[in-house]
Amino acid sequence: MMLSQIAPAIRLTVLLAIATGIIFPFVITAIAQLMLPHQSNGSLIAVNQQTVGSELLGQLFVKPEYFHGRPSAAGSGYSGESSSGTNYGPTSKKLILGDASFAGVKQLAENYRKENNLETDILVPVDAVTRSSSGLDPDISPQNAFLQSERVAQARGINSNAVNELIKRHTNNRDLGLFGQPRVNVLQLNLALDSLKQTKQ
Amino acid sequence: MTAIGWFQILLFAVIIALCAKPLGAYIYAVLESKNHFLSRLLRPLETNSYRLVGIDPDHDMTWIEYSQSLLAFSLVSLLFTYAILRLQGLLPFNPMQFSTANAPSWATALTPDLAFNTAMSFTTNTNWQAYSGENTLSYLSQMLGLAFHNWVSAAAGIVVAVALIRGFARRTAQGLGNFWADMTRTCLYILLPICFVYSLFLVYQGVPQNFNAYTEATTIEGSKQIIPQGPIASQESIKMLGTNGGGFLNANSSHPFENPTPLSNFIQLLSIFLIPAALTYTFGKAIGDTRQGWTLLSAMFLLFFAGVFICYHFEAQGNPNVARQNVEISTKTLGDTGGNMEGKEVRFGLANSALFATVTTDASCGAVNAMHDSYTPLGGLIPLLNIQLGEIVFGGVGAGLYGMLIYAVLTVFIAGLMVGRTPEYVGKKIEKKEVKMAMLFVLAAAFCILVFTGLACILNLPEKSLLNPQGATWNNINNSGPHGLSEILYAFSSATGNNGSAFAGLSVNTPFYNTLLALAMFIGRFLMIVPVLAMAGSLAQKKYVPATSGTFPTYTWLFTLLLISIILIVGALTFFPALTLGPIVEHFLMNEHRLF
Repeated sequence: MMLSQIAPAIRLTVLLAIATGIIFPFVITAIAQLMLPHQSNGSLIAVNQQTVGSELLGQLFVKPEYFHGRPSAAGSGYSGESSSGTNYGPTSKKLILGDASFAGVKQLAENYRKENNLETDILVPVDAVTRSSSGLDPDISPQNAFLQSERVAQARGINSNAVNELIKRHTNNRDLGLFGQPRVNVLQLNLALDSLKQTKQ
Repeated sequence: MTAIGWFQILLFAVIIALCAKPLGAYIYAVLESKNHFLSRLLRPLETNSYRLVGIDPDHDMTWIEYSQSLLAFSLVSLLFTYAILRLQGLLPFNPMQFSTANAPSWATALTPDLAFNTAMSFTTNTNWQAYSGENTLSYLSQMLGLAFHNWVSAAAGIVVAVALIRGFARRTAQGLGNFWADMTRTCLYILLPICFVYSLFLVYQGVPQNFNAYTEATTIEGSKQIIPQGPIASQESIKMLGTNGGGFLNANSSHPFENPTPLSNFIQLLSIFLIPAALTYTFGKAIGDTRQGWTLLSAMFLLFFAGVFICYHFEAQGNPNVARQNVEISTKTLGDTGGNMEGKEVRFGLANSALFATVTTDASCGAVNAMHDSYTPLGGLIPLLNIQLGEIVFGGVGAGLYGMLIYAVLTVFIAGLMVGRTPEYVGKKIEKKEVKMAMLFVLAAAFCILVFTGLACILNLPEKSLLNPQGATWNNINNSGPHGLSEILYAFSSATGNNGSAFAGLSVNTPFYNTLLALAMFIGRFLMIVPVLAMAGSLAQKKYVPATSGTFPTYTWLFTLLLISIILIVGALTFFPALTLGPIVEHFLMNEHRLF
């Protein structure tokens, strides 16, 4: 009895597989490439014809003259081929205290204070010591950015007011004034910093 | 919690409520093959499909035939996807050459057990991610192996709900409709038009759509970064609309390439609830009493608001162990980027992450925009409990409505027992067969979740065992203490509930977990659908019983509250002991600063 259903099942599988699994993505690709080529290809940013990254993906920054993104659990840090969070729960000893190969929240907070020359009584914003879900979070909170501006200004030998102005200009507000969070895209801010230097010279 | 956070949540609920009626009426027109605004444009495609597949769309199937067609279709499409996954190294559209000798060093092998788990997971609308898309699957595997199932498993859920609706609506009828025709109409008229517009909107927001190899960028500090590519937008749309939830990329909807902006996030949230909410109206319209549909929808909304409130509240409170390290977590200072930000993205913040976690588990979607494993204990309890209650709050496309109708049947049965009358629901007598099927539905899920979790907690396999290289099956957890139990419990709840979200720290890509979880998905899908169709068949045969003064009205607030009570009592009695040992005890230990 069920065998009589197998033939139509095979035919419908083939039909719908071709329609939804081949034709649909190809039609969407054709329209998207024609109308929105920048987004379709990953919102890549090129500097001097060299791809330096994607507007949408965070990348690893460690030098003092650049703003730093959040800590990342993707591969060795912002690895695009292995997006991931830590998946440590709130009572994880490793998450809070860390171990030989993993910096815990305690250590991340101490590092952040030391790097940015902050007094011990200044609280570190939580996004600076927690790892994002994708490990590729492109953004930091404005509070996090402002705490780093003194360090960045010093390392570049420029006025910290100029840096603060730049942060304000690169703070993305809520989408349509309502959705999500005000945030600072770290890669775009750092690119703006670099071009600031170039225009001065 | 913040005012603007709540405003976004309320706006979300209002839009869902406003869409329920027009979309619900449209779905009704489609499935009763009445004329509607797309029928002139797409009708030739529909009739030609029937000719190609060789079926008669007007042939009315009994519940047994309907089940057989569904099972045959699931079996064929399962094998189809398994074959594609296993053969991806030989097939085209594989620019990164996965599963070949030239695969990059960071690629993950697509083992037979992983391919089986993934094929089962997509066939059952679970979309559990034991795989990690960007380093395992070719573009062909994603499109033809996985996205294809996103369409058809969603359509299968909808048609089962529609069959049950017909069971209630038809009088002394033998048939429930034609499975092949229902599948074709659902894909063509409901899923296709929405996904077409939705995919392009996602590209506009920044989701890639191409067939390029991955890009290698040189970052401005001079290191290398690999940027994944692919036809992501066309898969993302049906992944959300069909409440599938299996990501193109490992980090799912938290990855900036799947969900780049807060606006794309809001639309993704809407698209999860859109069809499930509308189906309540379709139900009301089909049985000729829309009040019945609104009553179910109001019960769903109440459970949804309770869930999102608790989740948001505890995420905003944050983790005292983090605050102790001189870290600012107060939402008064930081707004929605305070609280518990471990495993969350800055652009979404707390409100949108808590809302997403609640919505994705109210429905059987399972996409995530934040890592549930890193939620606070009680914030993470909500997604876990939502799944265990059977994902009936809106629920998966179709699956939510039929789950809720099962509970409605149980509610009138229990109410009937209290007053000693034969229960009725929307004009049909609820008798032995219906109650048996409803109980089978409830017990199969509970049995599967609790017994399999128990098994994984005690199975002491030898070190380096082929089944589980980690040895004992509890070694696969990523967190010690009560949170470890939560990880295992969540995995089997998610698989059985066909949800697909995870406390993702658990290492599940081993033959033991891949196989046992695949079995849980199978039970959770087909041991639910077959009883539902059996109940539908039995209901369709019954006469219509007009309401009398002795009938318990099922369109009042009293019924809504009774329905919610039954859901919570059944859920609590079944799962409360396990939840106590996991998230609940962890909450108290966290506040005492105990670490594991």
